[in-house]
Amino acid sequence: MALLSRCVMACLAGAALAAASACSPAAPPKTYQVVLKDLMFGPLPAQARVGDTIEWDNEDIFLHSATAKDGSFDVDLKPGVHQPMQLKKAGTFDFICKYHPGMKGRLVVSP
Amino acid sequence: MLKFLAPAAAAVALVAAGGAAATFFAAGAAGAQAAKLNDAQIAHIAYTAGNIDIAAAKQAIAKSKDKAVLDFAHEMERDHTAVNDKALALVKKLNVTPQDNPTSQALSKDAKAKLDSYAKLSGKAFDKAYVDNEVAYHKTVNGALETQLIPGAQNAELKGLLQTGLKLFKEHQMHAEHLAATLK
Repeated sequence: MALLSRCVMACLAGAALAAASACSPAAPPKTYQVVLKDLMFGPLPAQARVGDTIEWDNEDIFLHSATAKDGSFDVDLKPGVHQPMQLKKAGTFDFICKYHPGMKGRLVVSP
Repeated sequence: MLKFLAPAAAAVALVAAGGAAATFFAAGAAGAQAAKLNDAQIAHIAYTAGNIDIAAAKQAIAKSKDKAVLDFAHEMERDHTAVNDKALALVKKLNVTPQDNPTSQALSKDAKAKLDSYAKLSGKAFDKAYVDNEVAYHKTVNGALETQLIPGAQNAELKGLLQTGLKLFKEHQMHAEHLAATLK
């Protein structure tokens, strides 16, 4: 009986931990690579969240930038660089390369 | 290894159209046959065209006081240098010596005349002349890349580099057009 009771207690405790974990808003932050090649931004993550990181990988031989039209971010990306950028706010960000404005992208960040 | 085609008798001439926009004409003596360029000549033309824009950018960097014009000139110098460095590495890898030709010579002659005439200008007159010429020049080079140099290139790597160049120079043309609109 005592043993059963301890088991039940342990199971309940486990369930509580699991529930706490499920309720936690903080899934571990992720890093998404976005490749710049041939004067184009590669595919962008569909489910990026605040706290995640975009790693801009410039595989071109040219200096590029990722520059949000609303000024939220503006990072220069030298040739060959792998530049991390943490996402600090939610929203939809249209961005360009300020040196080659035909290069465009849209980054959607959830809270 | 590249196969060198014997240059056709056709001469490639570059003329100034309307005193501003240089235009390529690929025409034979009879004005009918397009010039056939080999890869060594194509590489030379592309490299020369890049160098001309670098020289123009350096002149602008030395003369202009306008931040937008200076930013543009730095971009031209940086991007064209990157392409030319890549082109040099490629011809070295392919063991090809770029071959001078009438198109390269006409481009260089025209560019020298422009540099000399812009040297006499200053302030807004210089900025306008430089940027307007950048629009015209990129249009010209892009036209030549599309119709002549890319279709003519035999080597896949050279063709690929020219295609990247075209993409880049179209961006430059767009940038120059935006800048020209703000200077009016």
